[in-house]
Amino acid sequence: MFVFLTKRLGQSIIILFGVTLITFSLSFLMPADPVRMIAGRSATRTTVESIRKELGLDRPVPVQYIKYLGRLVRGDMGRSYKQKTRVGELILSRLPATLLLMIGTIFFELLIGLPAGILAATKRGKAADTWIMTLSFGGVSIPQFVLGLLLLYVFANILPIFPLGGYGSLKHLVLPALTLGISGGGWYSRMMRSSMVDVLREDYIRTARAKGLSERTVVLVHGLRNAILPVIAMIGLDIGIFMAGAVVVESVYGWPGIGQLAWQAIQVVDIPIIMGVTLVAAIGIVLGNLLADLVMPFIDPRIYLH
Amino acid sequence: MSYGLKRFLRNKLAIFGLVMILLFSVAAVFAPVIAPHPPNKQFFDGLTLEGAPLPPNGKFWLGTDLLGRSLFARLLYGARISLIIGIAANGAALLIGAFLGIIAGYVRGFIGTAIMRFTDLMMAFPALLLAIALAAIFSPSLWIVAMVIALVNWVQIARVIYSQTITLAEREYIEAVRSVGASWPRILFVHIIPHLWPTLLVWGTLGIATTVLLEATLSFLGVGVRPPTPSWGGIIYESQSYFLDAPWLVFFPGIAIMLLSLSFNLVGDALRDVLDPTQRGRD
Repeated sequence: MFVFLTKRLGQSIIILFGVTLITFSLSFLMPADPVRMIAGRSATRTTVESIRKELGLDRPVPVQYIKYLGRLVRGDMGRSYKQKTRVGELILSRLPATLLLMIGTIFFELLIGLPAGILAATKRGKAADTWIMTLSFGGVSIPQFVLGLLLLYVFANILPIFPLGGYGSLKHLVLPALTLGISGGGWYSRMMRSSMVDVLREDYIRTARAKGLSERTVVLVHGLRNAILPVIAMIGLDIGIFMAGAVVVESVYGWPGIGQLAWQAIQVVDIPIIMGVTLVAAIGIVLGNLLADLVMPFIDPRIYLH
Repeated sequence: MSYGLKRFLRNKLAIFGLVMILLFSVAAVFAPVIAPHPPNKQFFDGLTLEGAPLPPNGKFWLGTDLLGRSLFARLLYGARISLIIGIAANGAALLIGAFLGIIAGYVRGFIGTAIMRFTDLMMAFPALLLAIALAAIFSPSLWIVAMVIALVNWVQIARVIYSQTITLAEREYIEAVRSVGASWPRILFVHIIPHLWPTLLVWGTLGIATTVLLEATLSFLGVGVRPPTPSWGGIIYESQSYFLDAPWLVFFPGIAIMLLSLSFNLVGDALRDVLDPTQRGRD
């Protein structure tokens, strides 16, 4: 267990180091000069040069990178070029909205994906199975922005049940979370189905049936316990991916999460924010993977960590 | 294969997907012939007196957009963008992924490890964010968008091909051909790569579905193909602020994106059923 943990942590740190290298190189490929964007068009050459000096952008690139890494280790992700605020604070201020959206999304993903997947597995090869699987494909094939705009049109415009975007109450959460939940739910139902189909073939399920247990108990108690494992691993990965925010849905609904922050930053070439969000997202994905690995043995005692 | 072909043809959803792909391809190729109007022409009678776009009517079958252009014509030409990028970007991703996967799986050693650690690294990036950042760096044109998508999408393919190549390379028949003196290019091209074709075909099809969605998303975020080139995601991007009054401007392109992506998903899924022996008899 301990050896496994150290090994995985070591790998994670190496990957994160690579991530900083790539985000840092990307920021230098940006065509627009950030100093000019801060200074504005009418700035004189001396102003531009003094801002460049102030931001440390006149130093050689490797020096800038080392300095960046040094600050990063101390938890300092630099300041936004535009807003002059610390990137860490900006991301933290957006974190609650993104976490809330994440919880809502996972709720809908499971609410849609689990029953659909279980039903399809038990009705394998029948009409219900075909329909559920086709709808799941429909869910993953519809772009999030189209689904988002259509839900807004129907449930906020024609039937004014929910607000037209924004943030603040549980009512604001429903449509964005549902949008992401429908597209994610498609993947969950497919995974749930294939996992349940495999489990229902096992010998212990035959034993349970032979004992005379009802089909309901066999599937929902005996089958589900094992069939749900890959789904739980998938939630771990989902949490990680969510750390980048949901750029599309947050932009459609005006949801003030990390995705919106990243999106706004890219449009004004605010490099520290872009690097910060990418880094936080990569940390989230790496930790999400780690979390999924670590939780598994507690749910499934057959798995040992090496 | 005739068994597989029969199995494939029995799958009604796959046939539906195939027919839809065919229809979209015809629409894309013959857009100038089919379209009743040029895609970029702004019609004087294409807007109401207040300057609002027209809903679907006798002259403009799917209505007009904010500039009074025919939505039907723009959708037809948009099919070109979606299909070109879908096929080109996914083809490039497939090439990069297969190349790196085969090298890593066959050569192993330091080069193999280096390649696979790099794919691990790429997996840690959120794909959409990376694509947006790349698209913002290179000011996007059609081919740049295709390249950006390929740069993001090759990773999964590389991993799948890598693990398949490794399993193949360790099989006994490979040892047998090596023992009778076959050269490494012969082993690679005659005895390994032909076995990878089914996987490449499945991923080639499913990948187009993802690519079509990613292109639409980039265009919707304003970092895709530049206007006035009509792309489905771009049409929605342009009309987004007006969609409560003109929902057809979101609805029709949205349906088009979904149908095309769904069709490639259905066909890819059916191909996997037929070609992947581990899946046989499971579904």
